[in-house]
Amino acid sequence: MLYARLIASRLVKAVTVLFLIIILNFVLIQLAPGDPAAILAGEAGATDEEFLRQLRERFGLDEPLHVQLWRYVSGVAMLDFGFSYRQQMPVLDLILARLPATLLLTGTAFVLSLGLGILAGSLAAARVKKPSGSLIMALALLFYATPLFWVALMAVVLFSVYLDWLPAYGMFTVGAGHTGLALALDVGKHLILPATTLALFFMAIYTRMTRASMLEASQQDYVKTARAKGLKDSVIQRRHILRNALLPIITLAGLQAGQMVGGAILTETVFAWPGIGRLMFEALQQRDYNLLLGIFFFSAALVIVFNIVTDLVYRLADPRIKEAS
Amino acid sequence: MKTPLAIAVATAAALTANAASADEPTTGGVIDTIIQPEPPGLVLGMIQNAPTRTVAGNIYEGLLRYDTELNPMPQLAESWEISDDGLTYTFHLRDDVTWHDGEPFTAEDVVFSADVFHRELNPSARAVLQHIDSIEALDERTVEFTLEEPFGPFLISFEAGTFTMVPEHIYAGTEFRDNEANNHPIGTGPFKFERWDRGTVIQLVKNEDYYEEGLPYLDGINWHIIPDGASRAVAYENGTVDVLPYGTVENFDIPRLTEMDNTCVTDEGHEYFSPFAMLWMNNREGPTADKRFRQAVMYAMDREFARDVLWNGLGQVPLGAFGSNARFQNDDLEPFDHDPERARELLDEMGYDGEEVRLLPLPYGETWTRWAEAVQQNLKEVGINVRTEATDVGGWNQRLGDWDYDLAFTYLYQYGDPALGISRTYLSDNIEKGSPWNNVEGYENERVDELFNAAATAYPDEEREALYHEVQEILQEDVPVGWLLELGFPTIYRCDVKNLVTSSVGVNDGFKDAWLDR
Repeated sequence: MLYARLIASRLVKAVTVLFLIIILNFVLIQLAPGDPAAILAGEAGATDEEFLRQLRERFGLDEPLHVQLWRYVSGVAMLDFGFSYRQQMPVLDLILARLPATLLLTGTAFVLSLGLGILAGSLAAARVKKPSGSLIMALALLFYATPLFWVALMAVVLFSVYLDWLPAYGMFTVGAGHTGLALALDVGKHLILPATTLALFFMAIYTRMTRASMLEASQQDYVKTARAKGLKDSVIQRRHILRNALLPIITLAGLQAGQMVGGAILTETVFAWPGIGRLMFEALQQRDYNLLLGIFFFSAALVIVFNIVTDLVYRLADPRIKEAS
Repeated sequence: MKTPLAIAVATAAALTANAASADEPTTGGVIDTIIQPEPPGLVLGMIQNAPTRTVAGNIYEGLLRYDTELNPMPQLAESWEISDDGLTYTFHLRDDVTWHDGEPFTAEDVVFSADVFHRELNPSARAVLQHIDSIEALDERTVEFTLEEPFGPFLISFEAGTFTMVPEHIYAGTEFRDNEANNHPIGTGPFKFERWDRGTVIQLVKNEDYYEEGLPYLDGINWHIIPDGASRAVAYENGTVDVLPYGTVENFDIPRLTEMDNTCVTDEGHEYFSPFAMLWMNNREGPTADKRFRQAVMYAMDREFARDVLWNGLGQVPLGAFGSNARFQNDDLEPFDHDPERARELLDEMGYDGEEVRLLPLPYGETWTRWAEAVQQNLKEVGINVRTEATDVGGWNQRLGDWDYDLAFTYLYQYGDPALGISRTYLSDNIEKGSPWNNVEGYENERVDELFNAAATAYPDEEREALYHEVQEILQEDVPVGWLLELGFPTIYRCDVKNLVTSSVGVNDGFKDAWLDR
């Protein structure tokens, strides 16, 4: 019951925030230099005025700004995100077609980085003064500091060009015509490099954060009490230290989850993964406003959803939060 | 100086010419290649940008095709006649052509495509259509175009990308841009549309009912879509793709790729477009408004260096406004050699005071950025104070459309005839804000206008030649824009892909004749 009321109040706030985001995005995009009709005409090498006039009329770009804004907002209210100027398709179709690929990539990277990051962080915390603990931290620092695109390119050079173990790009083998299980395996093989690349950075952060907050928790009195009761070390680590160290990690996981729609531009570009990030980058370059606004909307909506989810998970992890609110 | 790559291109061209005549083509095999960037759609005529032309040039056809010297060859029209006064063109169509959906191709399709479809949608076709008085189907297989006055480049305008034949039975009476069939283009060409996984691949398959006996040899084409330049190079290196069309890899990657085994390069297949790199110089204001300054820029630039180092030795340094593939080039002009001393003299003479000029590079990748750096250095050597201002494509379009620049890089297609591809840059009635492709520099010269307009409609060719030669002399003196380089766009491919380029738009329609020697 408490949860239901919480979610309801959050949803009302969410709608307000989303509405403001739409208006803000719309205004920001109008401020950017570059006219979509001119860019489309430029791409076509078209010189005549008639062509530009047709484009502007077709996309309603010849109307005053407030009319365009009103039309857009009322469209979104009916889940009509308009028409992509360049791709010549409804924005919603384009986004929905690309969404699964991105969610597969970012979702895998999310699970991978969170799971392995917590594992490595706990190990490092348990071996705080041993060489193995230092090694984990050194690796984490390395991955944290290395630019993503460089890791991606090096991974391609090593695993695809020299070793020829994994495909360098794409989501499936073109022309192979796989179906069912074979297709799933094929996609899985293509997923390994981009998902790992994307996961490394966050994995490093989770590792460092888990270690730090576990070390802090291990100084607490209740840990001493647990030791005094004669509990096994592994049980203390898992139940008393890790659980109490989880809150900052949940915060961070919420942030990472919010980036799942638009946060993989580089990875998707280098690995030719047919996702939303690439679509967004191309839309930006082509001033494909409707498409860009649509993607912004979905990204914003996802951030809001994961904020709510994070709040709920806090309450599961730490019942004291529920009482406080 | 020609670099090793330029020589390799020349030898490869000679070798392929020999090989093609010696070997018997074999049927079968699918070819993997790359399209960059991903096209917005595939209905040629509705969309005219480069990637659409490259993919859809295999799906759609025009009435004629042009060899690498731009001579017309039969395609959908098997023969044609021109009346003695140059006003009536009669085309006789093949009687064995069907659309990909099985409907026959007829004269009505030609009339519909030219008179209705292109008139509404296609700016490059409109430029030709304005000279046409009427288009009539005399019978099922004969079409007659009547012109208002002679128009020199008329016969060269029937290339598939400009005057695409589209099916009347699908488009007539519909809202063209909203037609469902746009997602599944129907043409008459050697390959049929199969599927398009957005962001991944466009697949074409062999048209089994193609009217030319035995063609095409290939079973299909996969156009891979790979957004990152380095990844595209890897795709060729690890054997996933066999053909890298122009513009798919950065120039500095090309020498490395061409050293690989079984790799050939050609810069043929662009003769129709003949891309011409130019430097816009704002004729309206600032130092660039003085023609002595513009001449000084021409003398200051080391264009051979740019070709040899940045473009791997491919391409030609142009004499003046007319490229070497353009018709009616005047060979008697005085060339602009690299002569910094002469440039300094001209600047002194005009009293250039070191006022800063802004240079916009073309935002099309690393080669263009480096080229801008080279030009900036050349200009600094003669004392011109240059500031480079980088933009993205949208910003570049806007700055040029608003005339907000002093110097700016661009390149333009020449379309085989001065009246189609060259005069547009210099005619004063082509000055209009908002487009980066018209007379952006703001050059106005009444005599030039007269000569270009007279030459477009003069008949026969000898008359045109005299007019064009005179206009070139004036332009050489006035230097409305800088003429940088006729670009040589290389196609990199495995040598066992045979017969890849067979026409002057070979990069767009070449797979028709191609076969795999494996």
